[in-house]
Amino acid sequence: MTTKTTATTGRGGLDAEEVRRRVRAFLAEHDPATTDRAAFLRARFDAGLAWVHFPEGLGGLGAPRALQSVVDAELTAAGAPDNDPRRIGIGLGMAAPTILRFGTEEQKARFLRPLWTGEEVWCQLFSEPGAGSDLAGLRTRAVRDGDAWTVDGQKVWTSNAHNARWAILIARTDPDVPKHRGITYFVCDMTAPGVEVRPLRQITGEAEFNEVFLTDVRIPDAHRLGDEGDGWRVAQTTLMNERVAIGGGAVPREGGMIGVAATTWRERPELRTPGLHDRLLRLWVDSEVARLTAERVRQQLAVGAPGPEGSGLKLAFARLNQAVSGLEVELLGEEGLRYHGWEMTRPETVDFFGHDAGYRYLRAKGNSIEGGTSEILRNIVAERVLGLPSEPRIDKDVAWKDLPR
Amino acid sequence: MSATPDLLYSDVEDDLRATVRDVLTDRCPASAVLARCESDEPYDLGLWRTLAAGSGLAGLLVPEKLGGAGASAREAAVVLEELGGAVAPVPFLGSAVLATTALLGCDPQDKRVARLLEDLASGASVGTLAVPLTYGPGVSFPQTVRADADGVLTGTVTSVADAAVADVLLIPATGPEGPGLYALASDTPGVRVAPAVPLDLTRPIADVTLDGARAHRLAGSGPAALEGALLAGAGLLASEQVGVAQWCLDETVRYLGERRQFGRVVGSFQALKHRLADVWLEVVSARAAARAAADALATGSPDAPVAVAVAQAYCSTAAVHAAEECVQLHAGIGMTWEHPAHLHLKRAKSSELALGTPGHHRTRLATLVDLPAAG
Repeated sequence: MTTKTTATTGRGGLDAEEVRRRVRAFLAEHDPATTDRAAFLRARFDAGLAWVHFPEGLGGLGAPRALQSVVDAELTAAGAPDNDPRRIGIGLGMAAPTILRFGTEEQKARFLRPLWTGEEVWCQLFSEPGAGSDLAGLRTRAVRDGDAWTVDGQKVWTSNAHNARWAILIARTDPDVPKHRGITYFVCDMTAPGVEVRPLRQITGEAEFNEVFLTDVRIPDAHRLGDEGDGWRVAQTTLMNERVAIGGGAVPREGGMIGVAATTWRERPELRTPGLHDRLLRLWVDSEVARLTAERVRQQLAVGAPGPEGSGLKLAFARLNQAVSGLEVELLGEEGLRYHGWEMTRPETVDFFGHDAGYRYLRAKGNSIEGGTSEILRNIVAERVLGLPSEPRIDKDVAWKDLPR
Repeated sequence: MSATPDLLYSDVEDDLRATVRDVLTDRCPASAVLARCESDEPYDLGLWRTLAAGSGLAGLLVPEKLGGAGASAREAAVVLEELGGAVAPVPFLGSAVLATTALLGCDPQDKRVARLLEDLASGASVGTLAVPLTYGPGVSFPQTVRADADGVLTGTVTSVADAAVADVLLIPATGPEGPGLYALASDTPGVRVAPAVPLDLTRPIADVTLDGARAHRLAGSGPAALEGALLAGAGLLASEQVGVAQWCLDETVRYLGERRQFGRVVGSFQALKHRLADVWLEVVSARAAARAAADALATGSPDAPVAVAVAQAYCSTAAVHAAEECVQLHAGIGMTWEHPAHLHLKRAKSSELALGTPGHHRTRLATLVDLPAAG
């Protein structure tokens, strides 16, 4: 007795059947077994099968997003190579939607294809040592110089900066207006003179992230994204997608960190205590409910009716990852006293499951900080979802240069 | 694990919700619920007739050929969300969920079972399942009532929800044929139904004493029928708890958006906003869990026992937390009898015990998902 409308038919009568037909036609012309990986990915982009919800000519078909799963399933079944999305998550999840929405035709044509194929890696130059939660207070300056800009400042918490070809960057272009209004959004060439990348070692011992120092870096005005002074609004698109990227992703039952703890519990009865049992069961329930909540968000998106629930997912997963990994260290007893090693490595992705419990415990601390602290997210839920008023603000109508610091 | 549950609301379910909400907005404002709960008529049977017969809610779970709507647990769950939000004093849980699913677990081909179902579905009679409200799925069959070969019952059942207004009692008892469900009219000689003073003013309980009362053992009844009813009841109670929690959140947000102290709307203080954001997250999470349980029950999924245990363990706690925050964040006014927050707190706290505590359901999960206890 359940009826609902599913948004699976798009412009030009594109439905699952037609998309499947196109994938098969594409595979007939490009045999994954014999085609070079990069060539295959470029051809897939050109066939509109990269991200079907993007426009035609930009890797898509202008089709509903839900049809992407049809494409992916067909290609996976055919043994086709993928673009290693975990390695290029910032490009796919943050830069691409922003370029699509605010970029010029030239920018879209130049950047999206190698971004999607992974031939050009992207990073994000947003946070600064003095601008974390209050990102709009940033002080990296961009000064107009003819048909280019000169950028000076320091960015931090930049993952992949050491591998990146391009960065999305926000910088202050007008210090004489209130902070949100004096920011402009750029695409920065990471190979340009004056860009210096240094590893930032974190509490796990490794350096996933970097500090990026920008000294007299020249950015052509053609690499500005959106209008001068409109960078804050442009950045909202990026940040919204970041939160979706961090909180999202369908997982099977016990697919998250709870699965590791549950497996240890099952395989090592000697570690069990009544107190840990109760905590494990509570966290198992919470993990399963968070999984269902994420699944509900996914189903809402699939029928084209996104709800506000997505805003809460990151809060839930941060708390769970921290609690479950903390329990796991305790459960392991003496083994929990040990760590795999403190050598500074440079991982390309966060690998929660390839390490020990101590690593999970330490790395999960970042889950409630990166991509918006849990405190800021609670403000967002309270203000944008529940409609409660913001705290009185003393910095809203004051020129950025006059703010106390 | 079975197929992915459908966690959304269908158009039909949305329509059903709107219908129920219209009736409740009109007939069941908080002031009326409050006034009634200390009167001699704690149930609003006029409202129940409207919902049961007029809107057809009593027979939602009953197949069409037995006079019901032939709907599923998904629709009943939506009704319970609305009834929970209004803390409506009607016997939906006892009659349309517990008694109905118990009968459906017997032999519905049997004439007596079929007639009982028809009467419940039409609203002609109110029924309830005579177990203590604290009984949840997975408990052993109750041993407090004995039956003889003629179906004559002796014993007591305490804390039975909706017994005070039930015309028909379904009583788990053990007779010469073993454990089974016995049906009798509540005005049968030898039956005494004594209302207790309930913590939850809007879901009264009563103690049932059977002193040689003649009942009929229902065909096809046994422990499985009782277990099925308790499982359905527990799974659907989760949706009622979502309704209670959503009301508490909505009212608190509304109040904190109006109340001024220190020259500011108090809802602008971060300390309060963060607490409400946490309640909101629990409510949306509880909704996903409750939908999963309702869908599993509706589709007869083999995963239903897990989905129900998860939903109960989570939604019970979420509703209590939402209600406690509602009282605290309303502060002085929330502590008064006049404000309806206490009705929701009492419902939430009682429901935490109902059909198995969160601890009971976690213990069940330990077995169901193979996370055995220490030692």
